[in-house]
Amino acid sequence: MTQTHPRNPGHPLDPSWFEQIAVNTPAAEARVADLTARRGLTREWQAAWLVNAIRCIDLTTLAGDDTEARVARLCAKARRPLADHILEGLGLEALTTGAVCVYPTMVGAAVRALAGSGIPVASVATGFPAGLMPLPLRLAEIRYAVEEGAAEIDIVITRAHVLRADWSALYDEIAAMREASGAAHMKAILATGELGSLANVYRAAMVAMQAGADFIKTSTGKEAVNATLPVSLTMVRALRDYGARTGARIGFKPAGGLRTAKDALAWQILMREEMGRDWLTPALFRIGASSLLGDIERQLEQHVTGRFASSSRHALA
Amino acid sequence: MVTVKEILETMDYGPGAENPAEVRAWLATHGRFGHFIAGAFTASSAVRAVQNPATGAVLAEVARGSAEDIAAALAAARAAQAGWAALPDQARAEALHALARQLQKRASFLAGLATLDTGTPIRESRDPDLAQAVRAFQHAAGHAALRGMDHPGRAPHAVTGVVLAPALPLMGLATAIAPVLAAGGTVVVVPAPEAPLAALAVAEICAETGLPAGVVNIVTGDADTALALAGADLDRLIFAGTTEAGRAARRASAAHGPALSLRLDGSSPALVFPDADLDAAVEGVVAGWRAGGQLPSAGARLLVAEAVAEPFTARLTARLAKLQVGDPLARGSDIGALVSEAEATRLAALIAATEAEGAVALRPVDPLPETGAFVAPTLLLGTAPATPLNATPLRGPVATLMTFRTPAEAVELANASRFGAAASVWSENITLATDIAARLHTATVWINSTAIFDAAAPAGARRDSGFGATGFEAALAPRPPRALPEAATGGLDAAPASGPGTIPGAVEAAQKAAGWAKMSSHGRAQVLRSIAETLSRRHTEIAARLHDAGHDAGEVAATIELAVRAAALADADAGHLAATGAQMQTLLRAEPLGVIGIASQNAQPLLGLAALVLPAIAAGNRVVAIPAEAFPAAATELAQVLASAGLPAGVATLVSGPRDALASVLAGHDEVAALWYCGTPETAARLRTDTAASLKPVWCPVPQDWAAAPIRATLAEAQQHKTIWLPYGA
Repeated sequence: MTQTHPRNPGHPLDPSWFEQIAVNTPAAEARVADLTARRGLTREWQAAWLVNAIRCIDLTTLAGDDTEARVARLCAKARRPLADHILEGLGLEALTTGAVCVYPTMVGAAVRALAGSGIPVASVATGFPAGLMPLPLRLAEIRYAVEEGAAEIDIVITRAHVLRADWSALYDEIAAMREASGAAHMKAILATGELGSLANVYRAAMVAMQAGADFIKTSTGKEAVNATLPVSLTMVRALRDYGARTGARIGFKPAGGLRTAKDALAWQILMREEMGRDWLTPALFRIGASSLLGDIERQLEQHVTGRFASSSRHALA
Repeated sequence: MVTVKEILETMDYGPGAENPAEVRAWLATHGRFGHFIAGAFTASSAVRAVQNPATGAVLAEVARGSAEDIAAALAAARAAQAGWAALPDQARAEALHALARQLQKRASFLAGLATLDTGTPIRESRDPDLAQAVRAFQHAAGHAALRGMDHPGRAPHAVTGVVLAPALPLMGLATAIAPVLAAGGTVVVVPAPEAPLAALAVAEICAETGLPAGVVNIVTGDADTALALAGADLDRLIFAGTTEAGRAARRASAAHGPALSLRLDGSSPALVFPDADLDAAVEGVVAGWRAGGQLPSAGARLLVAEAVAEPFTARLTARLAKLQVGDPLARGSDIGALVSEAEATRLAALIAATEAEGAVALRPVDPLPETGAFVAPTLLLGTAPATPLNATPLRGPVATLMTFRTPAEAVELANASRFGAAASVWSENITLATDIAARLHTATVWINSTAIFDAAAPAGARRDSGFGATGFEAALAPRPPRALPEAATGGLDAAPASGPGTIPGAVEAAQKAAGWAKMSSHGRAQVLRSIAETLSRRHTEIAARLHDAGHDAGEVAATIELAVRAAALADADAGHLAATGAQMQTLLRAEPLGVIGIASQNAQPLLGLAALVLPAIAAGNRVVAIPAEAFPAAATELAQVLASAGLPAGVATLVSGPRDALASVLAGHDEVAALWYCGTPETAARLRTDTAASLKPVWCPVPQDWAAAPIRATLAEAQQHKTIWLPYGA
């Protein structure tokens, strides 16, 4: 289901691409407010965009009490994210989520549960969520997850490097992680809620892309503030600028904080307006979420049946 | 019927057009509209058709107002005014709140109507158009509630005439009339001929909410109707329209001389510095094209630092390609139609002429709708300040892009314009941005933002964009002056009278003294204090001369007191912050007008002159003053005092001679920013006519006992506010 996509070849560290960046916070806030107000979706169009959101979801469980059985249940939902009658009502035959995202020790269970589905398994790694483990251990964790069968690795960066503007340390760390990821696509989690400013978000995003990240991702879901639209706008503009300089097409993954169907639409509108239609495919856009799917399913059932839906009628994730 | 599966391929937004059924039903019910006078619609006689500019379809027929209709409306407004003003403040406040609530309740009806009538996208008819109309009434209700406490004994301008521009008609109407109603005044409104329906709907809502009959009157019509209103016996006139129409209104209103606020065309610059958030600046250009770029504040001249001109142009071009131009009723439309076919044709011709001169027009938007007053968003590259388009109001989604090398050059280019509506400044350097904001000759400066409006900070205008304050305080009439004591006429002095030829020299000297405006207010206060002290030292001597010439010796003491107060005021107040949005500093910065020409009354030869000159210079203006012919020696004394007190040369030049003739020379001098004339009504009317070309504010206080005049009122005439918007957020 998920298309293969050319990897980001990376670029030698070049701070001149980001050191002079100016990001005006009120202007970014005004832009995202305007954007979502100006582009509305109704009826079939809204339903289609919600289905598309499902295609882009990295269905996620990252909890301390995860078990193999719990992961298997999540994978079953990823294979069949909508009840059959909803799918039929929408006139669709097949639909899966973009990926399933788990801790490294759960990768094996997820791979088994998804066998034959074509759904990739993504694993967080590198001492998720804080990332404050010795680098060799973090790299070893990546290798472990890849060996277990993860096709995508979501790494976390060392926030201190950003806060101290130590760009070469940040670049070296991410480049080493990219190398350890091997054939697996690498998503760099910037933990934007801990970077302090939109300018820092832009800088960290640019270093991550120069170091070879295939995707840039907002958050672990564990920070006090996770994905927001202004942060996402800033990161999307960074990947646009990186693409303009290198020709590489980088993906974007907001994570944490997207809980409602309305959120799913808002972020897709952002991608469509700032980047265009290609960034509405799972190859270039993912949503990291756990509870979002439930709300989308309710909305879609209502679209199909005309009744307000009850989650008790939908399969648990 | 398109399927979900198909949409999943294209990921299009789909249609989102609103169906304004309620509006169509309302239009059908009314059919042909009369004027709204004294709380009811009149029978309609001579009619004109109102078109939807997006389709050309006729929406309704409205009456073409005649001078008789204006007279009837004016009579209704006069009849209602005393009763309206006599209501308790709380009752008037409650009436305005009720109006705001009802507008909010009818939001989708009103927005739909405004969109059909003007071609503005429905989203913008909701916000800012309707949202700011609601806000204007709510804000004005607050002023109404505080009136007695804040302004005890102040009467309003009784009847205000309002002429509206077509863009954002709800906001335009509410912004003009809400403060007037709050103050206790009544209004006669002539809406724009292209877009009269929103005003008629609001009038109907006024009646529904129980606003007393005659408080709000609407007369529809055309340019002649507007001029008939301008020429009527009004106490105040708020006129919005083109600059040419504004000149005509100035002439038409010259005889009655109502307090005048003009809101005319613009050609507003956006200055993009190398350290700007370029994406934000690009969005600013687009956001500035609210109402299709037809507001005077819309960014029409993009001035971009050479260092970032290339990436800025590329980003802006890419952004323009994403604009959706089309059906104004569609929620996704960014740009709708212009207000009329005539406007669209005019703008297309202007662009074509500029292209013929060698400019490159970038219009990256997909094909436009085939019919209707649509103009593609256009960026014109390769123009120069000398290109006529850069001196022409565009009134559409069009801008030129020129480059600058240094901040000084940016300011020079921005200020090289006959207009002075608004500007936006894009830089992350607060030191630079605030300096640029201070140096721009526009009434509004948006720093890292654009097209933000709020009733708490009413927009001003300068140069050919207009003049005169709006807002609540402007709706209050000046306190009635105290009449002069029985004239001590005094003998004519033999001081040498200078001819008209000396005026240009005096103006030139005044221009050279521009440093006075840049001085700290504390520094100016010191000089004024020194003037008071110098006068005190020579008190006895000057008093004796006045007495000997048959004037009141007490003028000296009154003048000293005036100088002390002017010093105190110069030192006290430089503007204030307006309560607008969250995360927003809205600074109302008091600025001088420039060079003020002053012609003072004959009575009180010392005080009558000083009462105008001292507040004017306290506010940072330079003046060229024509003293009383009755006793020019008083002026000579004052001149000596000013010089020995250390007032820099050129700040105040006194030119003796035939007052009314010299005043005409001042009226005809374009470097004179404002004219104050305290003399005969006939000359006052002539001066108002004479200044129609240069569009300078003319203030004509009647001859009076200046010892009783409130100096703050004079100071208010000597200042204009610049509204500086600074959104903040880490």
